[in-house]
Formats: sequence, structure tokens, C-alpha cells
Amino acid sequence: MAGHSNFETNNPLIKWVETRLPIFGLMQSQAMDFPTPKNLNYWWTFGGILTFCLAVQIVVGIVLAMHYTPHVDMAFGSVEHIMRNVNYGWMLRYIHATGGSMFFIAVYIHMFRGMYYGSYKEPRELLWILGVVILLVMMATAFLGYVLPWGQMSFWGAKVITSLFSAVPLVGEDLVVWLWGGFSVDNPTLNRFYSLHYLLPFVLVGVVFLHIWALHVTGNNNPTGISVKSEQDTISFHPYYTMKDAFAMALFVLVFAFFVFYKPNYLGHPINYQEADPLVTPEHIVPEWYFLPFYAILRSIPHKLLGVIAMFASIFVLVILPWLDTSRVRSARYRPIFKQFFWLLVIDCVILGFVGANPPEGTWLLVGQIGTAYYFLHFLVIIPLLGLIETPKPRPTSISQAVLDANKGKGGGADAVPSAQAAE
Amino acid sequence: MAVSDTAEPTRRDFLFIATGAVGAVGAAAVAWPLVSQMNPDASVRALASIEVDVSALAEGQSITIKWRGNPVFIRYRTAAEIEEARSVSIDDLPDRLARNANVSESADASDINRTATGREEIIVMMGVCTHLGCVPLGEQGEFGGWYCPCHGSHYDTAGRIRKGPAPENLPVPAFEFVGDNIIKIG
Repeated sequence: MAGHSNFETNNPLIKWVETRLPIFGLMQSQAMDFPTPKNLNYWWTFGGILTFCLAVQIVVGIVLAMHYTPHVDMAFGSVEHIMRNVNYGWMLRYIHATGGSMFFIAVYIHMFRGMYYGSYKEPRELLWILGVVILLVMMATAFLGYVLPWGQMSFWGAKVITSLFSAVPLVGEDLVVWLWGGFSVDNPTLNRFYSLHYLLPFVLVGVVFLHIWALHVTGNNNPTGISVKSEQDTISFHPYYTMKDAFAMALFVLVFAFFVFYKPNYLGHPINYQEADPLVTPEHIVPEWYFLPFYAILRSIPHKLLGVIAMFASIFVLVILPWLDTSRVRSARYRPIFKQFFWLLVIDCVILGFVGANPPEGTWLLVGQIGTAYYFLHFLVIIPLLGLIETPKPRPTSISQAVLDANKGKGGGADAVPSAQAAE
Repeated sequence: MAVSDTAEPTRRDFLFIATGAVGAVGAAAVAWPLVSQMNPDASVRALASIEVDVSALAEGQSITIKWRGNPVFIRYRTAAEIEEARSVSIDDLPDRLARNANVSESADASDINRTATGREEIIVMMGVCTHLGCVPLGEQGEFGGWYCPCHGSHYDTAGRIRKGPAPENLPVPAFEFVGDNIIKIG
């Protein structure tokens, strides 16, 4: 799909650079002329939004690092120093803390969009797997970052999550001591977490680059799931999708700003404003909201090692999803039964989120176990079977045909050529 | 180029193997310090032992002290608690090993193997849940011992796991009485 460069310029300086490093031609072919299906809806804007989130977190994070002190005696105080003394420190810290949540909201929408429209299917398997890698690195980064303010939840979250590795047979205990650099979460742990929290976002940049590269080889999927068949099916990325992405991003920033300026602590835990105390565990340890479904899966299995395995398996199952799905029809639009199971999975994940926020007792434990069982049932049984038993709806012959049909339904004109589409 | 099967090793073969070998050994030699630096450093390892005076501890009281970054529970148990811990059959325990650094590794989890020899009313153990490292709460839970609020593990009055996700009894660190009422831990 990658368009070839037909970059031309009369500017001698740009010409001079272009003959030595064809970067302008690359920008034009990949970021401007890039042929993109003409029917992408707003669910496709989250890729751009996620890139924006990563950039915000890196820029604000670098600035915060200028004021933060990674030491057990000073970390908590230095965060308060940022909040009270540093110019605009309160805003920068709230942007960074809220930014993590916004990043995860966007990534979960992006992933569910991929599942709904079958974007992980051939030939985009590797694109999808790179996405799962990005999710894993994001999770690691978020976890490490949450430890840095050195509040009670930071400390105990770190202790519980690092202790997961003690479930590894034989070397588990040594592994945890190695991770901690001591016999408990302490100053060496905080130091290394800070170092890695600074490193991983740049690893993310690298994997995101591979993700976009893979996207530009296969081209975008689209709401019909039908492959691009002719130039008629596409429009150039710029200005059509740069504008659409920018508009969606502006709306996203409004939501982001609402949380930063009006509800900055809504997504956090009050107890993290209490300094870490290694001798007192808070009554109720819960991770940030974006980890709750995975935490629920961990706790639903009353066996240490198996619980840990189930939690990691819940993400690993996404890696093999392209091969679990036996249906050759990509989009849920033409898969009536799959569409229902898709929404059941979404509901299941939300329920697991609530379970993760509550103590693992009585009804919550039972609901968590059912939710966990259903999660794996969806991927390991329902998805493979559906492809075999479901009869898909008739699909349009091309993206252009689908656009024409949709316009007819609205009483619109029949000429859905790119220019008319853009004028709407 | 079709002669390599039978020909003598060439200068090029030698350079290829020699460079590869040096590269592999060199990478391993550099990797080890990079991995090893994350293990506890000398200053952390130096904090190996502490002494605690338990003379002020009365029956039914507990203290929590910090040793190597972790809480250690020291409890002067009541007669009823000792009685209860001793009445439990080893076969009823999820973890039948003593987990006591002061006795043999294969010793069973009887109350006597979990406590200080000659001072069985005193129990000294790590206050770190063997599930995921939270600090259990004392005199709570279904067995009157300790209860971990994080994931619901119940320990009895001898610190043995009885119910919940924790796999092992609370470990007893190496300790000894260095005076009548002075415990040296570590």
C-alpha cells in the first residue's frame, strides 16, 4: 500500500537535503499522500490520539523529572514540592497522572475497535501483535510510574506486584530480591523504578514506530473489513484524515482537560497522599482502574502460581487471537452472532473491573470467577467456534459500493467519489 | 565457492570463528555485572541483624519491629492461643513444614517447631504474607491468629496458613535469645 514518492520542489535547500536524505519525500508519501480507505469512522482516530498521549506523557514527564527526587526520604516530599512550589507544578503533575488514565482509555477503545472490525486478521497479525507489545510496555511504565510518588498505595502496589514473581518455581524468591535490590521494596527499588520509568517511554516510541511501519505496509482496515480494491476506495491521508484526527483529538483534549482541571484526583486513590509505611498495609489495596480487570483475574484463582499464570495468559491470549479466530469475515458489521459476543466481552471486562475494585470475598469472588472463566471462554472457545458455525451477512463488493449503499439509504446522491465524500 | 566442504579451514574461517567466540564470551562477561548490580548491595546486606528487648512484652501483647525493611512480629501468646495452636493436627495444615530457619528444613509445622525453644509462649516471625507480601493484621481472621486484608489469607495462632491463597506458613527468621529478654534476629 505504501505510495511511492513523487515529491517535487523548486526550493534549492530542500532539494539539496532531499538528494542526501529523502525525508521530505518520505513524509509526503507516508503522511500526506498515503492512500487511506475513504470510509474510516471516528473509532479510527484513536491511533493518532494515542500518539498524542505518548508525546504529552514524555514531554511533561521530562519536565517533572527536573523537580522530582527518587529517594525514599524525599520522594513523597518532592511530589508535594512540585504541587505547591514549582511554577505550574500542580498542573504538570495532574496532566501526567491523568494522562496515564487517558492513555489507557484511548488504548482500550483502540483495541476493542480492532476486535470489532477484525483488524487483527490476515494480513495485519504482526501489526496487532506489536500493539499487544505496546500495551505490555505501557502497563509496565504505568506501574513503575505509580510507585514514584511513594505514597501508601505506591509502596504496597509495588510490593504486591513484584511479589507476583515469587510465584515462579525454584528461583522465585531470588528473583524478587533481585528486582528489589534488597529484602523488601526500599530505596534501591525506587531508584531502579525511576530509571526504568524514564527508559520505557522511549522503548514505546520505538515499538510505536514499528507499529506504524507495519500499518503502512498493509494499509488500514476499515469498517466494512473489505480490502481496498482500487484507487476509488481510498482518499489521501492529508488533508482528509489529518483533519478528522485533529478534530477528534481536540474533543479528546477537552475530556482530558476536564479531568485535569476539575477532577484531577477522581481517577486516583486518596490513600496515596499518605507517605509509604513499610509496616502498615492499607486496608484495601487496589491498583489504578486500568489494571482492575487483570487484578480481578489474578485474585479469582485461589492459587498463587495459577493466579499469576491466568493474569499473564489474559494478555497473551490476545497475541494468538489472529489464529484463534477462524472466521474470514473481518468486520462485525457482517457477523451478527459475533457482534453480540463482542459486546458480551466488553460487558465482561467492565464487570471484571468492578470485581477488581472490591474485596475478593463472597459474591464478588464468585462473580470474578465467572467473569474470568467467560473471558477465556470467549477467546478460546467462542471465537474459534463462531467462525465455523456463523453465517455472515452478504457483504458489499467493495468499499466504494458500501459507501454508495449507505448514501442511498440516507437519500443522498449516488456519486460518492472522494471529492463528494469529503464535502459532506 | 563449492569447495568449502573438503578444503582446509581458511584464514577467513578462522577469523569468523575467533571473532564470534570472543564476541559471545565478551557479551556474557559484560552482561553478568549488568545483571548482578541489581542484587542487594553491600550496605543492604550489612543490615543483617538487630537485637530486640522483649522484657516489656506482657501476655497477649505483640510488637512489630522492622528488620531488613520488613516487619517482624513478636507475640507473647496467651495460654488459650498456645492451647489452640497445639490442638491442631499436622494433617489439617495446608503447609506442613515448620518454615523455621532455626530448625531443620524438613521439620513439621507443629507449634513447638514454630516457636522459641524453652520460651514457647513467644513467637517470632516475618510479618509478610507469603502470598503477595502484605502485612497481616494481628488477632484477626477465622483462626484467631493473623489475617491478611489484601487477598484474604487466614493464619492461626502459630502463624500457620489455614485458609486463603497464601501457599506457606509465615516464615520464622533465624533468631536466638542472647539474654533473658533480648532477642537477636538475623
